[in-house]
Amino acid sequence: MSKKFTKDHEWISLDGDIATVGITAYAQEQLGDVVFVEVPEAGRQVSQGDDAAVVESVKAASEVYAPLSGEVVEGNGALEANPELVNQSPDEDGWFFKMTLSDAGQLDELMDEAAYQAFVKELG
Amino acid sequence: MTNENSPSEPVLQRTPLHGLHIEQGAKMVPFAGYDMPVQYGLGVLGEHLHTREKAGLFDVSHMGQARLVPLNPEDDAAVLFEQLVPGGIQTLKHGHIRYSQLTNDQGGIRDDLMATRFGHELWLVVNAACKQDDFAHIASCLSGHATLEVQDRALIALQGPEAVTVLARFIDGAADLRFMQAAWLSWQGADVLVSRCGYTGEDGFEISIANQQAEAFASALLAETEVEAIGLGARDSLRLEAGLCLYGHDIDTSTTPAEADLLWSVPKRRREEANFPGAAIVNQQISDGVRRRRVGIQPQGRAPAREGTEVQNSAGQTIGTITSGGFAPSLGAPIAMGYVAAEASQIGTEVQLIVRGKPMPAIVTALPFVPQRYAKG
Repeated sequence: MSKKFTKDHEWISLDGDIATVGITAYAQEQLGDVVFVEVPEAGRQVSQGDDAAVVESVKAASEVYAPLSGEVVEGNGALEANPELVNQSPDEDGWFFKMTLSDAGQLDELMDEAAYQAFVKELG
Repeated sequence: MTNENSPSEPVLQRTPLHGLHIEQGAKMVPFAGYDMPVQYGLGVLGEHLHTREKAGLFDVSHMGQARLVPLNPEDDAAVLFEQLVPGGIQTLKHGHIRYSQLTNDQGGIRDDLMATRFGHELWLVVNAACKQDDFAHIASCLSGHATLEVQDRALIALQGPEAVTVLARFIDGAADLRFMQAAWLSWQGADVLVSRCGYTGEDGFEISIANQQAEAFASALLAETEVEAIGLGARDSLRLEAGLCLYGHDIDTSTTPAEADLLWSVPKRRREEANFPGAAIVNQQISDGVRRRRVGIQPQGRAPAREGTEVQNSAGQTIGTITSGGFAPSLGAPIAMGYVAAEASQIGTEVQLIVRGKPMPAIVTALPFVPQRYAKG
């Protein structure tokens, strides 16, 4: 399916009832070199907007919010040893976590790719 | 610092290299009232490693430069200046540089600085965020005895193992300076003050140059294959690896040179004379011991511990705070600096850092984290 996007620069890709969550190319570029990532453990219940993961560049730490409510089914363990995957492959290998959704209706509030690109363009 | 701009309309000042930063693709951020480059295309990691391997060019023109001149030609600015700092300034030889601090009556650090002696005058370099206060303080304390001539000049740092090779191509005599020496030299007929010092832990130079020549000089250096432009991001990670204090973070008016582990910069003569601001308190701390001390702290995991992180002992009691923390590109690991209770300040002491509510093991570590490679001798 096509990806959905949040104003916090996360992307969500839905495959069946599992959503994969990552940060966008724009977000990783703003962060700079990523040196540490903490992903949530499987089984954690999250509500839309909760702190779900942490991503740190040389300079600063940022939160990654749960874009939707549901249950985390897997964190991307590869990011622990290779946080630079977030810079190298933000859209694929650098994904943060997978989750099931408790309210699929929340998906409708998110932006599609064209809307997200317009949103980023406005940020300058 | 004094901020004359209203918070709603911050008007940032620009250094003479502002246009060059934009041209070089810098990401600009507000810093100490200036619009400054935080990073360029290489990124913080790349810029950091480049400086350790070759040479990095830093715009530090936002820092304050001033000349302290005694009113009476018989007087020595260095003797006068010792009223304000605990360092050994009057013992400086001509063309030599010393690190010291402006202290307050409680022994707290108002700012840290570099002082260079030229004859009976001093050349001072102070932090950007403190410069207005520092200059007002110095001028008023020494009023009637010396004048402080604030210098509106650019300041460019060239740091790294290749810095000397590069600078020698442009400025005769630069390579003859040793660490913590300075001289007035010439570039294309213009007077430049070249100081062999810096804030990265590497060999390198700071070059004070007239504003109108700064861009041409910086561009000439950047055209050399060894040199890359380096932003504030890498400047911070480089100085943290080198164990150097960042004013306003690792030292401020609430910390004394004794607590900050800066007593190496307070010679025996100054302790005995006890005639700098806060001397009684600093001497008391030297004889009785300090309650807390600045130390290096090495987190054992991969998560960086940022400024403000609580430090606990193994029993879970709060014993201190991280004042600088981040990722060390040269080590590929997180590092930090902070203050801990004296009894926990021995190297090797196991502590815990509370990161996002969770205790993380860490060890009190010797500073610097990366060996300093100054051109001494």
